[in-house]
Amino acid sequence: MTNMNRRNFIKTVSATIALPAMAAKSFGADTLKVGFAYLGPVGDFGWTWAHDKGRKFMVEQLGGNVIGDYVENVAEDASAVPVIRDLAQTGHNLIFTTSFGYMDQTLQVAKDFPKVMFEHCTGFKRADNVSTYNSRFHEGRSVLGTIAGMMTKTGTIGYLGSFKVPEVVMGVNAFALSALAVNPKVKVKLVMIDSWFDPAKEAAATETLANLGCDVITAHTDSPATLQVCEQKKLYGFGQGADMSKFAPNAHLTAIEDIWGPYYLSRAKAALDGSWKSTDTWWGFKEGSVVISPYNAALPKEVAAAADKIQAGWKDGSYNVFTGPIADQSGAEKVAKGVVMSDGDLSGIDWFVKGVEGA
Amino acid sequence: MTMDFIISVIITVVGISTPILLAATGEVIVEKSGVLNLGVEGMMLIGAITGFAVTFATLNPWLGVVAAASAGAAISMVFGVLVLSLGSNQVATGLALAILGIGLSTLIGTGFTGMIVPQFSSIFPSALSQDPFWRVIFGYSPLVYIALAMIFAVGWFLNKTRAGLVLRAVGENDLSAHSIGYSVIGIRYMAIAFGGAMAGIAGSYFSMVITPMWAERMTAGRGWIALALVVFAGWKAGRLVVGAYLFGALMTLELYAKASGFQFLPSQFWASMPYVMAIVVLAVISYRDRSGSEAPACLGKPFLPNS
Repeated sequence: MTNMNRRNFIKTVSATIALPAMAAKSFGADTLKVGFAYLGPVGDFGWTWAHDKGRKFMVEQLGGNVIGDYVENVAEDASAVPVIRDLAQTGHNLIFTTSFGYMDQTLQVAKDFPKVMFEHCTGFKRADNVSTYNSRFHEGRSVLGTIAGMMTKTGTIGYLGSFKVPEVVMGVNAFALSALAVNPKVKVKLVMIDSWFDPAKEAAATETLANLGCDVITAHTDSPATLQVCEQKKLYGFGQGADMSKFAPNAHLTAIEDIWGPYYLSRAKAALDGSWKSTDTWWGFKEGSVVISPYNAALPKEVAAAADKIQAGWKDGSYNVFTGPIADQSGAEKVAKGVVMSDGDLSGIDWFVKGVEGA
Repeated sequence: MTMDFIISVIITVVGISTPILLAATGEVIVEKSGVLNLGVEGMMLIGAITGFAVTFATLNPWLGVVAAASAGAAISMVFGVLVLSLGSNQVATGLALAILGIGLSTLIGTGFTGMIVPQFSSIFPSALSQDPFWRVIFGYSPLVYIALAMIFAVGWFLNKTRAGLVLRAVGENDLSAHSIGYSVIGIRYMAIAFGGAMAGIAGSYFSMVITPMWAERMTAGRGWIALALVVFAGWKAGRLVVGAYLFGALMTLELYAKASGFQFLPSQFWASMPYVMAIVVLAVISYRDRSGSEAPACLGKPFLPNS
């Protein structure tokens, strides 16, 4: 136990105040300052938590050559502009904006800072100093859909979404198409909760889906709330962004893990050696940015084998969930037989496939 | 539509309404004493992390709730000293308390992300709490019954007891209460502490009942809704219960409408419903009460008897 008397207290406090100032001095001019704008808190144990793990990986690998700062809880509206501008003004040379809703704001600020390198996550608008990057989460969703389609007893599976943005629509469609492929009678009930992070509403939405007959429920929001409700109700669910089996040891069948570290590292390296260029990067299973967590022991062998097969198919290119024929909710054919949807079509997708109920 | 279906809907509504009801129950006492504490969101988060941390350490959720209430009351005293003893602006100080609570809970919670805690067991025998029908009455977390008991106690206290009358007098006319010998400042301190304790319990409902975990800002703005609910209810305990469950019912209705594929109304319409309702009710209330507002007359005004 430390003896905290007044003198020690003053020492501690002054050290705390002096610390940031000293830290700022100890870096040379050739260090790269990387800034991150985060959607949620780093402690959300989901989307933002995964990005922050990537940031830490980058800093760790590059040692003293890089500083990684972040701003959390940045709203997806006009108030993101001053946050991003602030990062640029405080000497950050490379700035990652990590949610779809920062797209126009990122471009707007990038125009005023032509020498700063920007990277926008999950968007589709680029500029000379604005790259875009994303992970092929729909690859992971097709593994979950396969498992859900085989595990459901009621024939109704639930999908808890956040907003109707391409990222989520793609996930819903990949999940529904892969579930239908193994179980043609399956129905996917969809609820959008108009938020990325609201545990109370996520829990209420999960109860709603369960009450409407869903016995396997996946979530495209950022907290383990859905899994915890599934655990209570003895249903099945999946982790989002990270292995969440600790929160729901029985319900957690597997999870999609977001691995951003290698990408952040490669971009920081490119920025350091001057080879950074505006690009569009979309990594998946093959590059290791989408990883499926270990399966629950409750998963029957044939289900695990089917899930493994989907993963292997994505890796060697023999499988793509978005292969026609694909019809939309009204039954109209959107993708012809044998045609594979292009990345361009996917990144602007705004319709749900047949078999999805609700919106 | 089966009975089982309806019971499940009711359980969802009660679950989502309870934390708002808990926080609003505390705030109504604070505001009745003439103090406007906008820091409910911050106090809830302090309660959420304290309740979680103590349950984590002691493995006893009851100790967690007691700690959450104590922590909420303790942080509310920061607000109390500033606005009561130092006479600072209540709105500005309340907002500062909200921000302080968000930041402080994040700081305390750093090491608790990803941890798990034991949950409340039902206070009723499982024959009742697990029964397919009786679970609609007996199947909730103990905090749900505490919320209902507290709002009835508050209604009784305000309307039927002498102490409640004194509290209202302090909120309606602080100088008169002061002149006949009541300690305005002392009573307001107690009211603020009670509000803080209730907000703390409301916060622990998030981290220990809805989703037994800690995540930063997990209350997701419910503290602000609780504040609106107090106005919506016209500072009356009975209306507070109706208002809280109405809010929960609207949010649940939205979820069912979406999942059932009712697309005749866009989802944004459903999401805005609770707020539209709040505006409508406020408009109705203010139209009816143009002669005299239901708000305590001294709400938000600092008490400075010597100036």
